[in-house]
Formats: sequence, structure tokens, C-alpha cells
Amino acid sequence: MTKHMSLITAKNLSKTYATDSVEVKALQAVSFEIKAGSFLSFVGPSGSGKTTLLNLIGCLDKPSGGSLEVAGADVTRLDRRVAAAFRGENIGFVFQSFNLMPVLTAFENVEYPLVMVQNLPAGERRARVLELLDAVAMSDQKDKLPDQLSGGQKQRIAIARALVTRPKLVLADEPTANLDHETAYTIIRLMKKMRDDLNTTFIFSTHDTRIIGEAEIICTLEDGKLVRCEEAHG
Amino acid sequence: MGNLFKIALRNLRRYKRRTALTVSLIAFGVIFVLVFVAITGSFKQLMITQITDSYLGNLQIHRRGYVASIDNLPLNLNLAPAQVSVVEKALDGIQEIEARSERIKFGALFSTFAETSNIRINGVYPEKEFAACPRMASRIVQGEKGVSALQRGKILVPELLARGFKTKIGDTVVVVATNKDGSVNGKTFLVSGILESATGPGGRDGYIHFEDAMEILRLQGKEVSEIAVRVRSLGRVGETAQSIRARLDQGGQKQGKSGFEIHTWSQLSPFANIANMIDVMTFFIKLMLIAIVLISILNVMIMAVYERVREIGTIAAIGTSPRKILSLFLVEGFCLGLTGAVAGVLLALGIIVALNLSKLSFSFGQATGLILAPTIAPLEVLTASVMVIVVSVLASLQPAYKASRMEPIDALRHV
Repeated sequence: MTKHMSLITAKNLSKTYATDSVEVKALQAVSFEIKAGSFLSFVGPSGSGKTTLLNLIGCLDKPSGGSLEVAGADVTRLDRRVAAAFRGENIGFVFQSFNLMPVLTAFENVEYPLVMVQNLPAGERRARVLELLDAVAMSDQKDKLPDQLSGGQKQRIAIARALVTRPKLVLADEPTANLDHETAYTIIRLMKKMRDDLNTTFIFSTHDTRIIGEAEIICTLEDGKLVRCEEAHG
Repeated sequence: MGNLFKIALRNLRRYKRRTALTVSLIAFGVIFVLVFVAITGSFKQLMITQITDSYLGNLQIHRRGYVASIDNLPLNLNLAPAQVSVVEKALDGIQEIEARSERIKFGALFSTFAETSNIRINGVYPEKEFAACPRMASRIVQGEKGVSALQRGKILVPELLARGFKTKIGDTVVVVATNKDGSVNGKTFLVSGILESATGPGGRDGYIHFEDAMEILRLQGKEVSEIAVRVRSLGRVGETAQSIRARLDQGGQKQGKSGFEIHTWSQLSPFANIANMIDVMTFFIKLMLIAIVLISILNVMIMAVYERVREIGTIAAIGTSPRKILSLFLVEGFCLGLTGAVAGVLLALGIIVALNLSKLSFSFGQATGLILAPTIAPLEVLTASVMVIVVSVLASLQPAYKASRMEPIDALRHV
């Protein structure tokens, strides 16, 4: 996939949550196209639909209407098993709360998707994990359990885990929300560096004004509608 | 697979106290079952051996209808000499048979000249009887211990009668009996030994030589009340009985018409009911073990799934298939069951060894000073272990299935 091919195409994408008495329109007729290798941020206030949109792109949820293609596949109709396999092959996730497995060391957390999802041989796994740990500057912490790491270190491990399967796309929902400013800045810079090194598309959501400027493309959501997408300056 | 085990074991270590408690509970259940099976099995074996080796034999052959009237010791239902020959011929070709003893049984009066009482007498050939019932010699608590105690003119008196009549070794006693025709005859005997009582019917009989019995009963030929048979393997007594039946049928003596009947020890001794009761109790104890394992594993695994919803969401989100998530929790249940089973088996074996070293004695009926020697068959250990492990996996199935069916998006939102 070259940097200029379209990786994600959404047309009139909508998502409605129906509760007993109220219908909440989380996304309304959102259309956009994201090219491979982008470093893009969805921004907007809480409840604007950022997380819903990332969930749809990440095949964690299904839209109520519209179409969505990710890496050339129509992801609106994938069943659970196929969706899991698709995510394992194409998408990496970075979570706000890091979501590392507490019983596994940093090394094992990064290795986990290669063992449980891609079933790679041990030698290749080790080489890839060490390479990623080195890239996120966590080689010296590889034997520590998540409890023994700081928030920033945990997020570095989470980024390495997201990238270890060599996905086409990494989705990060509020990846810096639990980090101080300096660490948040470092993490975003790290993500950008990984994009540059591996040409992996990074999409993250944030409402943290301190790091928005780090994105190359900023898409603004308001009340479930995509208001604008613009290239960042500076 | 190895990674599944690694993750499962680490997750179990994560909740040390809960894991330890569950493993202890399972181990306790396994210990209880194995020790119970070992003790009751040993008790059963001991009692069966006591009964069969003391007087009953492993199986008996009678004329048809004899066993139904056995309380009356009917002389008119004895095997006729021709029938005895047929049976002996049939038994001769069966390898499984170790020994046999022809007996003539009858009710008589036992008199010490001062006092008289009823007695059940067995007329036997001593060598054959001691071979068919090898514990006979050890039942002789006073007097001659070997086959010489049953030479012609000698009598082995049951302990309770001897005690009641203050009969001593060397005393002369009279046995008086009515024969088939109704005439009465008597014979004096020298008391050669006092016979310890044994549990069950026949455990308080007196013994004399077969030919003395023929003389008292004025028998012209070798009539026999029963033929007691000792087999090489008690576990195969049913098959041996079947072989004897087949041979008797081949000989043209259709059982049920001509008539022989063959009964194994379990059909003759009321202890078989106790043995069956023990088996039923063992079955229920095993059911209890299953319940213990099922409830404790189910409880732990439900808690594990509930506490790790976000983790499940995470691993599902990064692409772990529902099947692998199911396997993760099943392996956890398997490891819990396996650890509990191994701990339980090791401790149970330790307890069984300790019980053997302590040489616990007990009494049952007339038998006293019986030494309990619990043993457990490897098959029992294997069965209990496999049962625990299988139940552990089955108990994990529902929570594991629930985990595998979780929508990652819902699981990730879980607080």
C-alpha cells in the first residue's frame, strides 16, 4: 500500500444507539477518505462521536447505515470470527488505559498478538518483538510486568503491541488522556516516528488541545457530524 | 498450546488465595474419595476373603432346590453319587479351579453327656476342605491346627458351643442325627479343636470327617450336600461359574431340569448386600466429589470472567478468536482441576501409607482383631483424577463460553 492509496473510505456512515425511550444519533452521514500512511486525528468534544467512529473503523461495532471500506474490505457485514481475524491482520489498537495484560511481562505483552493471533514461529516472534521494543525505547524494561512500569512506558508497550503484527492501520482512542503533558507529547511523537519508519496509518482521537497540533490531518466532529477535515499547519 | 498454559497459570497465580482455596477444596474431595475407596475396598476384600476362605468357598454347587431349603439342611436334596461323579468330571477340566471340597451337611444333637444342644455339622475330607478354605487352619483357636484335627473320630467344635458347654480339647462328645429314613444314629467323637466363629451362615458349624458323617447318616454311597470350589482368581468367579454351567450342560445335565445349581459367594453370603451398599456409598461419595469440583470451579471461573471483562475485550479487539478465548478459560479450569487432582492424589496416597503403617484393627460380627490394610488400585486413582479434570473443564465451559461470546466493544466499556 503506497502512501497515496485510499485505506479507508466511509460514505454516509451513521450509527444510532436505541435505548428504551431515546434514540441517540452518535454518527450522522459521515463521509471521508483516509489515505494509507496518514497521521490523522479525530477531534471534538466528548460525545461528538470520535470513539464511535474509531470503533466502526476498527470493526468493533457495526454501522446503522452507510458503507465503510477498510483496507479494501467491506467491514459492515463481517461476522464475529471474521471480524476478529480481520482486526488481527490489519488493525492495531492503542487504548486510553493501555489495557496491557497484567500477568504478562512487557515482552510477552508485545508478543501476545503474534502468539494468539498470527501464530508465528518463536524465533521470528522474538526478533520482531525485540525490534519493536527497541523502536519504542523499551528494550531495557522488557522483563517488567505492567505494574512495574510508568504510564508513558505502558503506552509505549501498547504501541509496540499494536505494531508488532505489522498492521496497515493503528487506531488509538485518546492515547494520551492518562498521561502528563510531556509524556503525552513524547507518545504522539513516537507514534509519528513509527508511522514514518513503518508507513503504518495512525488514526487517533483526542480532545487534548496540547497534542492536536501534532496530527497531520485533523478531522473535527461535532454532534456526530464530520464538520471538516484539514491538513494541519506547522 | 504452551502459551495458553503459561497465561492460564499466570492468571491462576494472580489470585493466589482464591486459587489455593479452590485447589484445596478439590484436593480435599479427592483425598476423601480415595481414602474412602481404599478403606472400604480393603474392608470389603478382607471380609470377602474371611468369609470365602473360612468356610464358604468362592462358589458352591448343589442339587437344584437345595439352597432354597438350606436352613433345614435337607438330606433328601443331597447330590446322589452319580450326580457327584458328573460334577467332579466337569470340574476336573477347568483350569480356573484351584481346589474343591465335597461336604455333607446335616443338623444334629451335640451332647457332652451332661448337656445337649443343636449343632450344624459339616462332614468333609480334611485335605480337600483345608485346600478349598485355606483359613480353616487359622480358625482353630485351640487344639490341632492341621488336617489331623479332622481325622476319623475327631470333631472340631464351634467356639460358642465349646464355651457354653465348657468343652475342652480331648473331651469326648456324642453327635446324634436323624438320617433320611427317619432313624436316629449317634457316634462319639474326640474334641480335636475349637473353631473360631466366622461372620455369616455356616460360620458356627462343627466339622467331622466325611466318612464319619456317612456312618452317622448310614449312607450307602457318596452323597454330597454341596461342593465348595476355590477359584484361582476371585475377580473371575462369575466366569468360572459360567464355565462350570456350560460343562454340566454339555454333559447332558441341563441345569434347572436335572438339576444342579451353582452359586457364587455373593449369592450365598448376606455380606454381598453390605458390599453392594458400600459400592452405592462410594458412588454417592464420588457424586459429592463431582459436586464439589463443579461448584468450586464454576464459582472461580465465573469470578475470573467477571473480573477480567476489560481484558477479554482487549484480547478480542486485537484479534484473538472467540475459540482461543474459550480455550484460555478452559485451560485455566483444566489447570485448577489438574493441580487439585495431583495434590489430592499425593496426599491421599500419603494418608493410605500412614494408615497401613498404623495397622488399624477393627471387629466385624464375630471376627475381631481384623487389621485394616487399605490399598488403592491405580485404576481408581486414574478414574478419580480423570473425573476431577473432566468435571473441571466442563464446569469452566459456561464461563469460558460467555467470555468467548462477549462483544469486544461492550467488554472494553466495562468498568
